[in-house]
Amino acid sequence: MKKKVGLMGRRAVYGYLFILPFILGFVFFMIKPLGQSLHMAMSEVVISNQGFQLNWNNFDNFKKALLVDAEFNRMLVEAIGQMVLRSLATIVFSFFVALLLNQKFKGRTLARSIFFLAVILSSGVLVGLESSNSLMAQLKDMIEESGNANSITEVLEQILVSDASGVNGISSKAFKAVFEIIDSIYDVAMASGIQIIIFLSGLQNISPSMYEAAQMEGCTAWESLWKITVPMVSPLMLVCWIYTIVDFFMKSDNKIMDKINTQMTEMLNYGFSSAMAWIYFIVCMALIGLSSLLISKVVYNYD
Amino acid sequence: MTKNKKVNKSAPAVETRSFWERNEASNGILLNETIKKYAISIFRGILLFGMCFMIIQPILNKIALSFMAERDLYDTTIILVPKHFSMSNWKIAMGLLNYKTTLFNTLWVSILVSVIEVAMCSVVGYGFSRFQFPFKRFWFFCVILVIVIPPQTISTSLFLHFRYFKLFGATLNLRGSMLPYIMMCLGCMGLKNGLYIFMIRQFFMGFPFELEEAAYVDGCGPLKTFVRIMVPGAKPIITSCFLFSFVWQWTDSFYSNLFLGKIQLLSIQLTGIVDKFGIYLSKLNGGSVIAPIAYSNAILSTGMLLAILPLIILYIFCQRLFVESLASTGVKM
Repeated sequence: MKKKVGLMGRRAVYGYLFILPFILGFVFFMIKPLGQSLHMAMSEVVISNQGFQLNWNNFDNFKKALLVDAEFNRMLVEAIGQMVLRSLATIVFSFFVALLLNQKFKGRTLARSIFFLAVILSSGVLVGLESSNSLMAQLKDMIEESGNANSITEVLEQILVSDASGVNGISSKAFKAVFEIIDSIYDVAMASGIQIIIFLSGLQNISPSMYEAAQMEGCTAWESLWKITVPMVSPLMLVCWIYTIVDFFMKSDNKIMDKINTQMTEMLNYGFSSAMAWIYFIVCMALIGLSSLLISKVVYNYD
Repeated sequence: MTKNKKVNKSAPAVETRSFWERNEASNGILLNETIKKYAISIFRGILLFGMCFMIIQPILNKIALSFMAERDLYDTTIILVPKHFSMSNWKIAMGLLNYKTTLFNTLWVSILVSVIEVAMCSVVGYGFSRFQFPFKRFWFFCVILVIVIPPQTISTSLFLHFRYFKLFGATLNLRGSMLPYIMMCLGCMGLKNGLYIFMIRQFFMGFPFELEEAAYVDGCGPLKTFVRIMVPGAKPIITSCFLFSFVWQWTDSFYSNLFLGKIQLLSIQLTGIVDKFGIYLSKLNGGSVIAPIAYSNAILSTGMLLAILPLIILYIFCQRLFVESLASTGVKM
């Protein structure tokens, strides 16, 4: 028997041995809880001293989330819309910053290290801390009230957004979206640390001889940006896009995540909170799948 | 640009002509180009300065707040530079956070967790990069799935799973002990572990195969090859994964809240610092005193500074490791 296995077979066994920790972890801490949480989402969870019981109640939790609960639908649509908008803004911003940081100038190392500092500062608990604090929220409201419309952007925003008909055929909704991004530029900058590193590594992999050849043929810098740089880093756009969406999805200052957490830890509504988590999860998966399909069609793959 | 320099070096006689003469000789192109160059660099400087300032400003603001005495906080003329310099905020925040114990706890928990995570992830990443086995694509798809599935989806059932943990028929409450989290880390299911597996695999894919073959020829088994040849070769990516995992574990509140509730960690203590400050003030003054918003904001800022200070020191020293090795993997899908 042993002789029949051969070298390739032995390699395969070793391969499985090496990834065994992952397989075990995946089965016990991912598949099993995932299945259980799906089960939980479809049933009523009763907690007792002995443990917990799951009583099957069809899709009541899902129905409750989608049809009965007053704010869940609205929150879901808002969160998804915001997610798409923010992720787009993050991709564009990080690409732009990577372009800037890739050029040669004095103090480049300093600028780079400051942008990468965002990776540390935007992680975990630090982001939501100030906004999640009730006292701080009061303070913010007070400041916003006392300082109404005394900046140029705010006046401009009021003029453009309140105008229902819009300017030159551009609806006021578009303006509103733009202003939302401008207002949240700090969050966008903080969320784009890793994406900047990924884009920078992509930019540095493009060989300079390409630009030289293009310049010889009479390409302007603007043209070579669109004809060389963008296609060459476009595979990275997909990576960044997925990373950004997942990152946004997992942020704890997200309203939906907040609702799910309070339902779980404070109200002990395990079934309902799992159902909401599943709906959110499925919608996001669909979004990621669709968008990556679209992007991978457009992307230029050079190897 | 480079051409100009070369010409200058080979024929220094050109240098003697003044700028305007050279400009005339080039039909005004030189002037145009020079103006363009300076305009671009000024524009870029302003833009970069603005963006860097935007990122740094909250930290500067926090530093300023943390050194202000209480009466400075209510003075509207004081914005950045404190008039009455005091260290009292730092002292109070340190007391409230129980800083020495918490810092020590956070340090060892983060180091322990990230060492386990990186060790397991590099083993798995190596397995994915070098061996051919059936269902390899399927398992790698599972790694991608782990990156994409947010832990919040399974948090409810993990919570219950470990609350009523069944071991040989007995029901244990493992909540509050570190054991569940260590088990998850051993199974590569900790914080963002899918990403580390992906990065390490990507690195090993670009690693020369000849070294390994030589080791095999000399009689090393796969495990020995991995420990003796591959791990020393993969030092940059392993350090960078370690650093990321350390930093993310340090600031993580999700897993810490779920599993490590009983150990005093900075990220958890920080969330409750304002409430604690309120209690502290009312104890100090007797009766029910509502903590002034500005004052508690200053304490919160100091607390946040205390929490990120070790990370920033680490970042200053290991900046290259953070950035370069991530870039060296050439993340692609």
